[in-house]
Amino acid sequence: MAASRDCEADDLEAKTAASSRGPAIRRPLQPGPAALVVLSLALLVCFILSIGWGAVPIAPRDVLMILLDALGLPVGAEILPRDQAVVLAIRLPRALLGLAVGAGLAIAGAAMQGLFRNPLADPALIGVSTGAALGAVAMIVAGSAVAGALAPALRPFALPVAAFVGGLLVTLIVQRIATRDGVIEIPTMLLAGIAVNALASALLGVFTFASDDQQLRELTFWLMGSLAAITWSALLPALALILLPALILRHLAGALNAMLLGEAEAHYLGFDVDRTKRLTIILTALITGAGVAVSGVIGFVGLVTPHLIRLAIGPDHRSLLPASALLGGCLLLLADMAARTVVLPAELPIGIVTASVGGPFFLWLLARRRGLSG
Amino acid sequence: MTAKAQQPALEALNIRVEIGGARLLDDVSLALRPGCVTCLLGPNGAGKSTLLRVLSGALQPSRGEVRFGGRPLGDWPARDLARRRAVLSQSTSLGFAFTVAEVTALGRSPHRRSSSAAIDRRIIEAAMAAADVGHLARRHYPTLSGGEQQRGQLARVLAQLMDGSDRFDGKLLLLDEPTSSLDLAHQQQVLAIAAAVARAGGSVLAILHDLNLAAAVADEIGLMRAGRLIALGTPTDVLTADTIKAVFAIEAAILDHPNAAQPLVAPLHPADLPCLQINAPMF
Repeated sequence: MAASRDCEADDLEAKTAASSRGPAIRRPLQPGPAALVVLSLALLVCFILSIGWGAVPIAPRDVLMILLDALGLPVGAEILPRDQAVVLAIRLPRALLGLAVGAGLAIAGAAMQGLFRNPLADPALIGVSTGAALGAVAMIVAGSAVAGALAPALRPFALPVAAFVGGLLVTLIVQRIATRDGVIEIPTMLLAGIAVNALASALLGVFTFASDDQQLRELTFWLMGSLAAITWSALLPALALILLPALILRHLAGALNAMLLGEAEAHYLGFDVDRTKRLTIILTALITGAGVAVSGVIGFVGLVTPHLIRLAIGPDHRSLLPASALLGGCLLLLADMAARTVVLPAELPIGIVTASVGGPFFLWLLARRRGLSG
Repeated sequence: MTAKAQQPALEALNIRVEIGGARLLDDVSLALRPGCVTCLLGPNGAGKSTLLRVLSGALQPSRGEVRFGGRPLGDWPARDLARRRAVLSQSTSLGFAFTVAEVTALGRSPHRRSSSAAIDRRIIEAAMAAADVGHLARRHYPTLSGGEQQRGQLARVLAQLMDGSDRFDGKLLLLDEPTSSLDLAHQQQVLAIAAAVARAGGSVLAILHDLNLAAAVADEIGLMRAGRLIALGTPTDVLTADTIKAVFAIEAAILDHPNAAQPLVAPLHPADLPCLQINAPMF
């Protein structure tokens, strides 16, 4: 082989040799590690602040001590039993929920935008949010008989389970409609999602119309999202259903990058396109369904967070997915702190906070985009 | 070229493709040999792109068989195939702000468990240099012109086939109209790259529309019409006034190239130029 090389010195070789002296590529294969470190620290800060925040303010240092003590580490300092009770029974599960739901919505949004090759996509597109809302509202309005038949220990789970199942069912219906000859057609899925979302919203309207005053209040509050009602027993399964799919989703980063070039190109690059689509849809549905089940409908986090990350470090999913998750966690914890503060002593539904901040922000992004292209 | 005596890298036998009752390909047989550039020519809708999709493994033929490296194409695990076969599509839309370097790096995806970061970086830079997009490495893909984007995709495809060596043995490069949005100099350059890949042991198939460009680069030319391969052979054998009339329905004169051993095709104006009757009554 070495003998035959001489006579085949060609352009490519010459150029290869020439380019090895050329400029280095700035960010070739590095998954933005600096951004991940910064965002991890930011998330830790938000987490501690969020636990200390509220009617009984607790200093960040004390929060840290209580958490370390709860983990069984020897802490030299004195811990107030009242602070400890507030943190462990109320604030910690709430902060963990905010972190997980924010991270889940953001990573699910990033994956959806990759799958649809559209930066305006969000998990709600495949019907999972509306489906979960429908499941929850159906349980609130028509499910009292079902809930009553359950053992008292299981009753708190009736609503989240109904929401979770509703979200998955609607997603599966949308996916089924968009499947032809065993292949999921993404553009059809978009259209089917719009149609099924409209249908589910109509059913949601029927239940709202049929509800009495007490139910109406309950479902309205639920539809606007809240982290308030969380208990440890509902939190743990939700954490598992959000974080495990999110970890698996990270492994699809390479495939999602290739999918941005188009399905044919991803196939030519050796990826199993159909498996990627199926996995992305089901994992996104699990994450979003579980999130909506325990916290209600919280908009804009899944849409805006990946945008911000792309602006900062580019569209590479290997860093985009984890960075979106970290930032999503931060943003939802901050939104929850605002929700707890703005209308003291009452509490604002967190969906109102995310929408009222996320909406104008998104408009600013759009204006900026137009400015760039025009 | 002794390379042509070698076993074909890719062999298609009696390919037929039927989709929804329409026969897109009928009884097409073709072999791509190491060291050879094969060009496919033919009018729109002749089945060139369909044939390329069959040869790439993206489309299962209704009848017939494609063998690559001695194995049926369907038996190749997707990633193994992707390390040896790359496809440059007619157009690739990408709305996300990847840099050209990142687009090129995507070509290394099938190698991500078998290659090192240092080798990948060297290959990415070499591929960008070969496709003449090295100076655009940090530019965002959506901000490039059509021709620059096409060369960026070419860099990605080259990076996919390169290994640490300067050889392309056993590699297959499929190009679907790689010159469609390029200026004259870059057209020549892309075809020089195709020829260089072939000389380094690879097999290359390119769909082209410019007969003279094909005559300049091709070792073999296949002429397609209505789903059939009408003629297959050297440029001199295939590009004759008769075959061009049969395939493209135009009259052409075949001239001698002033300084190369290749035919030069000069289309002649058809005698019966159709008259467009814009105001003709419709009923």
